[in-house]
Amino acid sequence: MSLVDLWVYLAGGPLLWLTTTLIAYVAADALFVAVGRRPLANPVLIAVTVVSVVLVVSGTPFPAYFAGAQFVHFLLGPATVALAVPLVRYLPQVRRLMVPMLVALVVGSVTAIVSAVLLARAVGLDATTVRALAPKSATAPIAMGTAEAVGADPALTAVLVILTGIAGAIMVTPLMNALGLKNFAARGFAAGLASHGIGTARAFQVDPLAGTFAGIALGLNGFLTAVLVPLLLPWLLG
Amino acid sequence: MLYGFATLLGCQLVGEAFVRALALPIPGPVIGMTLLASLMLARAPLPAGVGEVGDGLLKHLSLLFVPAGVGIVQQLGRVGSEGLRILLVVLVSTAVTLVVTAVVFAGVARLMGVAATEQATREGEP
Repeated sequence: MSLVDLWVYLAGGPLLWLTTTLIAYVAADALFVAVGRRPLANPVLIAVTVVSVVLVVSGTPFPAYFAGAQFVHFLLGPATVALAVPLVRYLPQVRRLMVPMLVALVVGSVTAIVSAVLLARAVGLDATTVRALAPKSATAPIAMGTAEAVGADPALTAVLVILTGIAGAIMVTPLMNALGLKNFAARGFAAGLASHGIGTARAFQVDPLAGTFAGIALGLNGFLTAVLVPLLLPWLLG
Repeated sequence: MLYGFATLLGCQLVGEAFVRALALPIPGPVIGMTLLASLMLARAPLPAGVGEVGDGLLKHLSLLFVPAGVGIVQQLGRVGSEGLRILLVVLVSTAVTLVVTAVVFAGVARLMGVAATEQATREGEP
């Protein structure tokens, strides 16, 4: 069997791209740990870059890749359900901080949408890109549904959502340290609100309480973004 | 572990069905999370593995975003023409949102006098 035949055989099944995704992530995570968990060495950023380069170099179309990688993607659903586990564990703190949480939710959600749309218009981005940016802080499935509802491209929104998640995960620790903010519930809540699941993953790396509040923010802001974007967008674009 | 995973999937399935039936703008898994939390709080007889599987999935949450992120290979044309400006908007908007949210949360908590324990129990940053 020649190498080309082997490639054609492997590229036809899900095993090759599933394995590539896992190995790229394991390597990225090992690098992240090796450099002392520096935020800039974000494992999602590194793994996405490595896999993307492999796809472009090998001329593999995205749907062929996703046929294998969808098994990993699918686990986002049960992982979201699993956020109930830390939520119940930290329920006393969650109850005590209910009011700060709800105020920060509304202010933060509006800030995320309005700042994205106004900045995008200010730098003269294409109208389709502006619309796709509006729900960028919501978790991917909600943001994509919202994008569709306001006439934006869901595939573009998905990429912008992941970019926002990586940006938030990289910036949250240095920003909060610069502010001298030591309330880890507040830090985690901000990470989950501004940068959904990737921010939540970062928060869990730093502190379990922060991760729990990030998970709550992810769920609440997903819901609020789906409600607010269709209401705010005509007004922001007008 | 198997029972734990089946429980997570079961909650997600109920959540998806609920969202479809009522045409709600919320993803099914978020309803599934609410359902699982309610069951745990009501001390329903759940399999012992739920906590273990849940913690295991959340430990590697980052991995699950890699496939969607690789979707950028489909947007390379836009990256070329608008990439830098998009990056600027995402970075600034995300930073502003992080700061505003955290400051409002911590400020309201302090006004209510409930922030003290979080600050006292944690020092530094891993």
